[in-house]
Parts: sequence; structure tokens; C-alpha cells
Amino acid sequence: MIRSIAGQTVHVNEEGFLTASEEWTREIAEEIAREEGIAELTPAHWKVIEWCRAHAVNGRSPTLRQITEGTGISTKEMFALFPKGPAKKVARIAGLGKPEGCV
Amino acid sequence: MKQLVILGAGTAGTMVANRLRRTLADDWRITLVDQSETHYYQPGFLFIPFGIYSQRDVVKPERDFVPPGVEFVVSPIELIEPERRRVRLSKDGRSLDYDFLVIATGTHIRPDQTPGLAEHEWRRSIFDFYTLEGAVALAKHLRIWKGGRLVVNVVDNPIKCPVAPLEFLMLADWFFRERGMRDRVELIYATPLSGAFTKPIAAKHLSNLLQEKEIQVVPDFMVERVDPDAKKLISYDEQEVAYDLLVSVPLNMGAEVIARSGLGDSLNYVAVDKHTFVSPKYPEIFALGDAAALPTSKAGSVAHFAVECFAENFVHYVEGLEMPHKFDGHANCFIESGFGKALLIDFNYDVEPLPGHYPLPGIGPLTLLKESEANHWGKLMFRWVYWHVLLKGRPLPLPALMSMAGKWQHN
Ligand SMILES: Cc1cc2nc3c(=O)[nH]c(=O)nc-3n(C[C@H](O)[C@H](O)[C@H](O)COP(=O)(O)OP(=O)(O)OC[C@H]3O[C@@H](n4cnc5c(N)ncnc54)[C@H](O)[C@@H]3O)c2cc1C
Repeated sequence: MIRSIAGQTVHVNEEGFLTASEEWTREIAEEIAREEGIAELTPAHWKVIEWCRAHAVNGRSPTLRQITEGTGISTKEMFALFPKGPAKKVARIAGLGKPEGCV
Repeated sequence: MKQLVILGAGTAGTMVANRLRRTLADDWRITLVDQSETHYYQPGFLFIPFGIYSQRDVVKPERDFVPPGVEFVVSPIELIEPERRRVRLSKDGRSLDYDFLVIATGTHIRPDQTPGLAEHEWRRSIFDFYTLEGAVALAKHLRIWKGGRLVVNVVDNPIKCPVAPLEFLMLADWFFRERGMRDRVELIYATPLSGAFTKPIAAKHLSNLLQEKEIQVVPDFMVERVDPDAKKLISYDEQEVAYDLLVSVPLNMGAEVIARSGLGDSLNYVAVDKHTFVSPKYPEIFALGDAAALPTSKAGSVAHFAVECFAENFVHYVEGLEMPHKFDGHANCFIESGFGKALLIDFNYDVEPLPGHYPLPGIGPLTLLKESEANHWGKLMFRWVYWHVLLKGRPLPLPALMSMAGKWQHN
């Protein structure tokens, strides 16, 4: 599917995840974050987003466990930053696929 | 003499031993190691709490399945030393050298990883059904339980047999209705997923089914700790779910020996190529079954399809030839839904479970993603197939790679 986010045309799947991570921009991240109920992306959010983009494998975002171990941010903080399903939420905001832990 | 060592004599390890003993020449020594002399039919654990199966139905001596020409060693595995191509066993300080190693040590529940879970209320008001002891203890408890809030909680994914918690709930619905006490029981499913299942189309079908059976889903619930005295689950974002009876699927982790040997990821799973099961770091090490870090379900059916691919590939690989097959992540699971019915799902790395029919040569089509009695008989028949066909590595009339025949796809 194709949709427009932050004035850009991007490819997404039926769950709203970008399917081509190179189409992602910081503006897109901010708009998806608002859709996910996060009004503003703080430096703490960006740290996680950037770490996930750097550690994506085949376009898929890392799992929550990999994020907490890799960044040193606790699970509790992750839930405060990205409420409800943090790993899935970060994946969407970071323009990546759902983590592979979900099978 | 060439040496093949297989670690773990569960579903995958036993099948590998049988398959390869038939195809490898006599100048190969095959050694199979497990800490336990007993083989468990784990899918049968699901039926024990409801009195459908008993302990007798799910255990057999492993030796019944070890073919002549394979040495079976009963001992805990102490350490794998990949640089030395050697495995150290706990018993008698014995060690085994190998030319090739297959790791099939599975995955196991770790209630110790969640505070409050495995403490004084463990097996009193908190149970599991992923171990034989847990399932048997729960069966005893359910016989005398007076009713209340029964909560099934999955601590985190991945778990082996990701549909088992749903099956447990649907069987519980049936069980309490049969006993005339369903009105005194609330059934709740607290899951870290945002729905009933991981894949969208199956999740929709399954959540409709849960709704019909009045099973309530609490999604996005990631438990941090259990308060065993106040009888509640507390999540990382401070939501609470109260229970009278908690049936937990604790965190699943690969064997500790994987971590000790420096071969695992954060959950002790072994990284391998998803099409060939070869370790990217050690070309003589393979991991199969639940022990492998693969993006498909951890299930006996996956282990079975994987072993078929692997066994044919392996004889080429050791000759330095290219491996002819690429595993596609094929999984095929019956989902028991109570009242003598079940669903069937069939999927792989790329295709999610779809509705339609599953062509089963000789038996006829089974319905996919839809309840039927034939599926239920398929599930019960599977125990016989497991003991008599599967473990012995005999051919089953199922294709190892997934087929799209009979599946409906909307685009
Ligand atoms: C309740 C339940 C229901 C299930 N239902 C289904 C179903 O309907 N369909 C389906 O396809 N699958 C189902 N499964 C999953 C299925 O049982 C597993 O996926 C399958 O058994 C995996 O096989 P494996 O060989 O990888 O691991 P296992 O069969 O678990 O074998 C691992 C072996 O390694 C040994 N081991 C581990 N560590 C050590 C050590 N350090 N030293 C020595 N030995 C060691 C263990 O003793 C064990 O024998 C279910 C599982 C459960 C628990």
C-alpha cells in the first residue's frame, strides 16, 4: 500500500509499518509518533529509535529484550517512553518491520 | 571414523539420529546425549489438566526410539567447546570429540525469571502446564477448584507452541461447561501481544472464537511481577490483573549450557542460517528445533519439517556439495478448541496462516482456520503418529515445504 506521511509518499503494509526503511525521515517518525499517541519525541525516544535503526536485521526492528540489553534502558522506561507495546511502537516509528520475536 | 554428536534427544534430536543413521555410511559414529532417559510427548501436556490424558499417555523410555548403531549417553551436558570441537559431559568427566555437532537442546520454562511466580504459591494457586509435573499438579487442583477468576498469562514471546495458551483456555471453557460451573468461572487471557495471535488474519479468526466462548483478552500486558499474596499480576506499566487461579506460561529460554558455551543470544538460542541451520560462526555446528533462533514458531511440526530438510542436506554438505534444500519456516499446528473440535493452521516465514483446506494425502482435506471434528481427530491421532512414525524418522505423507494448494488468499 501507499500512503502519504509528513508530505512524503511511502510504502506501508496493512498494519501501517513502512516496508522500505530507506523512505523513512525524522519528520515521518514524528508524525507516526503522534498517531501512536506520543506528542513529542524527546532525546530519550531518539536514542531508542536510532539504536533500533542501526541494529535492524533485514529491515526488522530488534525485540524489546534486545533493545533493553543493547541500550541499557530498562523495560520499565521503555513502557514509559512508548506506552503499550514498546517494541512494536518503536518499530513503526523507526520505519522498520515488526520485530521477529513475534512468531 | 567420522563423529556426529547430537545434543538433546527430544523431538528434533531423536528424529535426526534415526534419519541420519539410515543415510550415513558405517564409518560414521553417531552419539546422542540427553540428561533424561524419558522421552516426553509435550503436546499431550495440554490435555492432562482436564483429565483427557494422564501421565502414562505422554512418557516413554527414550531407548525405544534410539536406533541400533547410535550410542545413547545419559548425562547432563556441561559445556560445548566449539574451538576444540569437543563437548564435555557432567557424568564421569567424559568428553566427546566431534566432526559435526547438532544442537537440539530445546527451550524450557523459567518461572525464576519473574518475581513472585515460583515462590510460596507455586503449584498452590499458580500453575504451569508446560512441564509434566505442572500439568499433573494442575489436574489435581482443577478437580477440586470451586471457581473464580482463572487467568492465563504469557510472560513473553517467543514461547514454544504459541497457540497452546489459547487451546488451554478453550478447553477450560469446555471443561467448566461440562461440569456445570461455567457461570462461576471467569476466563481471562493476559498476553503481551496486541491480540490473540501474532499473525493478523489468524488473530482475527481466533479472537472471534474467544469472544464466542466468553474468554476475555487483556492485550499488551507485559508482566513485571506477581504478587502471590494479593493474587495479582502487575505489568511494567503498572496495570494490574487479579486472579484466583493463575496458569502461567513463564519465560521460555534455551538451555543454560548454550549460554555457558557462548553460543546463545539473550534467550540462549543459537543463531543459525534460517534456510540451512548452519551456524554462521562454526560451519560444523547446526542447531535444530526449539534451540535454534529462527523466525518461525517453536513447535514439534517445525522441528519435523526442519529435520527432513536438514537430513537430506547434511549428506551433501559433508561431501562438500551444495545443499539441495532451503527450509521455508513451515509450521503446521492443530488448535484444540473444545467440544471435540479443533482448527488447523499452516504457515511459513513468508505466508501467514490463511483459511482454506489442507490437503492430507490418504486422509482427505482438513479445514484451515475453521473448527471441525476432523481436525480434533487429527490432533488426537497425532500422538500415535508421533510415537510410531515421527520419532523413528519414518516418512509422513506431509510435504516438508509448505504448499499453497487449498489456501485462500485475498489481494
Ligand atoms: C504444552 C505444550 C503443547 C505443545 N503442543 C504442540 C503441538 O500441538 N504441536 C506442535 O507441533 N508442538 C507442540 N509443542 C511444542 C513441541 O513439543 C516442541 O516444539 C518440540 O518438542 C521441540 O523439540 P526439540 O527437540 O527442539 O526440543 P525438546 O523436545 O524439548 O528436547 C530437548 C531435549 O534436550 C535435553 N536437554 C536440554 N538441555 C540439556 C542439557 N544441558 N544436558 C542434557 N540434555 C539437555 C532435554 O532433556 C530434552 O530432552 C507443545 C509444547 C508444549 C510444552
